[in-house]
Amino acid sequence: MLVVAFGAIFFYLPVMKDSAGNALDSSFNIFYFHMPIAIVAYLAFFVVFISSILYLRENDQKWDEVSLSAAEVGVIFAFLVLATGSIWAKAIWGWYWVWEPRLTTSLVLFLVYVGYLMLRTALDDPLKRARLSAVFGILAFVSVPLSFLSIRIWRSAHPLMFGGSLYGQGGGGLEGTSLLLVLILNMLAFLMLFVSLTSFKFKNEKFERELDMYKGR
Amino acid sequence: MLKGLNIAFKDLKIESRAREIFISMVVFSLLILIIFSIAFSDLLSSASKTATVASGVLWICFIFAGTLGLNRTFATEVQNGCMDGLKMCPIPRNSIYLSKVIFVFLLMLLVEIITIPMFSVLFNYQFTAIIWVGIVILLGSFGFVVVGCLISALVIKARAGEMLLPVLLLPLSLPVIIPAVSATSGLLRGEDIFSLMSSIRLLVVYDFVFFAVSMLVFEYVVED
Repeated sequence: MLVVAFGAIFFYLPVMKDSAGNALDSSFNIFYFHMPIAIVAYLAFFVVFISSILYLRENDQKWDEVSLSAAEVGVIFAFLVLATGSIWAKAIWGWYWVWEPRLTTSLVLFLVYVGYLMLRTALDDPLKRARLSAVFGILAFVSVPLSFLSIRIWRSAHPLMFGGSLYGQGGGGLEGTSLLLVLILNMLAFLMLFVSLTSFKFKNEKFERELDMYKGR
Repeated sequence: MLKGLNIAFKDLKIESRAREIFISMVVFSLLILIIFSIAFSDLLSSASKTATVASGVLWICFIFAGTLGLNRTFATEVQNGCMDGLKMCPIPRNSIYLSKVIFVFLLMLLVEIITIPMFSVLFNYQFTAIIWVGIVILLGSFGFVVVGCLISALVIKARAGEMLLPVLLLPLSLPVIIPAVSATSGLLRGEDIFSLMSSIRLLVVYDFVFFAVSMLVFEYVVED
């Protein structure tokens, strides 16, 4: 597992260079980070959702550790989405922040999962913490589709790259196989980064639990 | 369902005697109104400007008052060990949750019934389309209470739970609050109800989703 995770990181580095080396001067380049990070953040919260359900069903501490790991990594990714988005917005719109649906719901998403981590720190008893945060993890996921669909539901300044919205077509101008290839490569790279970070965190949690068990004896 | 009503009735009975939650909610809501009315006193001359701020002011009043009420709902049950008593009753756990939703929802409605005329007086504003505004406020408050009661039960066991409640509740209930506020402000600015249908549809969907999810997971919250 460790080997795979390290492999992912080594595989991941040249890809980063690839996309950045393409045309660093263009502000649009940040999109290659922005969108994969956003997708991975949604995915991370989806993992939290699923493992929370599994915890409540199977009562296995393992699932709680999975959801904690995914939530922590997800929060970092959600923050990076906001940060990269703001940098891009400053270059294009002239402001770092505009109150419009996509940005608002993304911020909400970030805050919800920061709340999730705060709830965890406020509960001492591990079993109770696992149960209650699983409940919150399920409820929190409701805000993910809202954020994802926001640019399709409301008229929004945020560009829509794929598919149509209720208010006409998006058409972000993503054409040409080389652009798509870089995007897909980055998507894979960030996916692997997510998987490896989460599995590191998960292992860490498992060791901690084992340590606690030995200490208890 | 019926058992939930019974517990809610018990809560209402206690509340009607002591009135401590209700009074503080109303007073709090009115104080916010007064502060806004002073802060926005320059805007009050024009009805269109008032209409722009109205939905924001109203919803802040409702949400803050609601949070105040939610803070106490499960606290009163835990105080004298009533929660254990309720859990021992031969009723589905969901009905405890349902009772709290009904109770807080009714309290919030009462607060809203008092707040809206006061808003009308302090901001010198004439409500039109009051039925639709009422429906939107009903839907919005219901969604807020549905999420709020679950979070309230959740944080009761946490350290500094009363501080945690707004931190967890506000972002989580935003999927309900955003369409509610936008629909209210649209109505107050005199827009046609049919142009706001997408917000209202979203509101109804999230009400259902949150209610269904909360009913499903509540028993895990109180399980000990």
